[in-house]
Amino acid sequence: MARKLLLEHINVPGINTFDVYRSKGGYAAVEKALKTLTPEEVVEEVKKSGLRGRGGAGFPTGMKWSFLAKPEGVERYLVCNADESEPGTFKDRFLMTYIPHLLIEGMIVASFALGAKTSYIYVRGEMMPQIRILEKAIAEAKAKGFLGKNILGTDYSLELYVQPGGGAYICGEETALLESLEGKRGNPRIKPPFPAIAGLYGCPTVVNNVESIAAVVPIINDGGEEYAKIGIGRSTGTKLISAGGNLKNPGVYEIDLGLPAEEFLYSDEYCGGIANGKRLKAVVAGGSSVPILPANLFLKTVNNEARLMSYESLADGGFVSGTMMGSGGFIAYDEDQCIVRNTWNFARFYHHESCGQCSPCREGTGWMEKVLHRLEYGHGKMSDMDLLVDVSKKIEGNTICPLGDAAAWPVASAIRHFRDEFEWHVTNAYEATTRNYGIAHYADPLNAVVA
Amino acid sequence: MLSVQDTNTPVTFSPELISKFADVVSRYPVGKQKSALLPILHLVQAEYGWVSAPAMDSVAEYLSIQSIEVYEVASFYTMYFLKPQGKYMLEVCRTGPCEIVGATPIMEHIEKTLGVKEGDVTEDGLFSWRGVECLAACGFGPVLQIGPEYTFYENLTTGSVDKLIGDLKAKANN
Repeated sequence: MARKLLLEHINVPGINTFDVYRSKGGYAAVEKALKTLTPEEVVEEVKKSGLRGRGGAGFPTGMKWSFLAKPEGVERYLVCNADESEPGTFKDRFLMTYIPHLLIEGMIVASFALGAKTSYIYVRGEMMPQIRILEKAIAEAKAKGFLGKNILGTDYSLELYVQPGGGAYICGEETALLESLEGKRGNPRIKPPFPAIAGLYGCPTVVNNVESIAAVVPIINDGGEEYAKIGIGRSTGTKLISAGGNLKNPGVYEIDLGLPAEEFLYSDEYCGGIANGKRLKAVVAGGSSVPILPANLFLKTVNNEARLMSYESLADGGFVSGTMMGSGGFIAYDEDQCIVRNTWNFARFYHHESCGQCSPCREGTGWMEKVLHRLEYGHGKMSDMDLLVDVSKKIEGNTICPLGDAAAWPVASAIRHFRDEFEWHVTNAYEATTRNYGIAHYADPLNAVVA
Repeated sequence: MLSVQDTNTPVTFSPELISKFADVVSRYPVGKQKSALLPILHLVQAEYGWVSAPAMDSVAEYLSIQSIEVYEVASFYTMYFLKPQGKYMLEVCRTGPCEIVGATPIMEHIEKTLGVKEGDVTEDGLFSWRGVECLAACGFGPVLQIGPEYTFYENLTTGSVDKLIGDLKAKANN
């Protein structure tokens, strides 16, 4: 049974209220940090923990904090990124719904470490119920003296507010989020300057994912070194994985990083295998942006080693045969799913969500969507696959923010690994509108594919 | 019946709404009141059902910003309705994980049941529907949401959609 750092008390009745959360040891990290540690010591613990940003980029959180500029007399801000919109990811919604005080506690500790006097939680606008839950939790914490002026009788004061978004995937990109928080369109900013130097209102700002902030609580309670003992290599600690798609037991799971992918997928403790007794065809391991892998390459690397749920192991093989941890949005596809249709669906998503600022992304995503649409609906050409790869390469790396890359990777990887399925949509155009390609060789032992 | 707001006359917000606006504005530093724009547009939409041009002009006036600054934001974010919708707007997630567990059949069923195309309003003014992108509930698909509370309905079946529509009709007629 895996240990739980974030979700330990998730099933306790009333854990969403301050009193029950407190009775389970909640807000101990606030007491410890504010009464016994300096802000620098808190940053040091987070550095020692090896915690990496849980929103998708995987950048070390402690290092991000240490980059924060601290000019005299200038406000500093902590902004929590709760604009969870990556297809496949729903862990932050889960955490905010069931254990909101964990996020509030993490926000207080992190704000203290960064010297922020006002902090914001930017929640995607569709999550109005979660916004109300968080606002209630904030009011409770404030009434008990954990927020507001002179928290727990110390010199430290903090105001915490929840900000709703307006329904735009792009606002999960940190500079677009800051633009949105300033009441503007969510157009990402050119970096540098990074938010650590000039973020919200031009002031030094740290933007962290919900799960990263929540993880600060066990790190402060148990110490960074203890946290770093969990996991494998540079993938320390536990990670929330949102598991969806054709799974027997979809849901949010907290895993020790380094858990074998096969165990995660098939063990009854986690996903319990594929629903309705079907076979696994493909996996998107970390949210729609990361490269899709056929079943055989997901379960094993090309070196025939077992794939692990860690940043390094998932990325083993690079873009040729690996993928990424991303945000932990795990989508499983059974043998009856059509990869062309799925790729078209994702391309449509990115076209819809492109902010339109950079031409390669604005035009390229729409172009890819149209080509994929004609492939799916029986009007494709054999040259379309190369065309798609060409367009994706011209988007990748040529945009201000990573949405362009995020749109390019799923298309390029689907063609790389499932090219024969795409070709079948051209050669058997009519048949492809009446049935799906099936599992083909995608679950066969690896050497058959690689050879 | 669908009550269409007169868009030729300026909108005056109620004192209750204005006090909610003021509460939002107090969250930001002095001079940064534009940050309140997104939350205020949500409040306006919850009150009127959509965001009209005169309402946006009044928001601009309230926040001491230009009207265009409100228009460009309202048209960028997908949650703001720039034309009247049905009292209940059924927003069905159509992205990958929901699609592979049956989002399209759910949308087809809604279209057939309501008898209106995506984005249109039923004759009685009660319903509209549309497909939206990922709602971050991928483990419980297919899902739909209904504003302004953004209540969530998960693991949809054609049966549960029929019941939902029936319940909403009954609620509206009471």
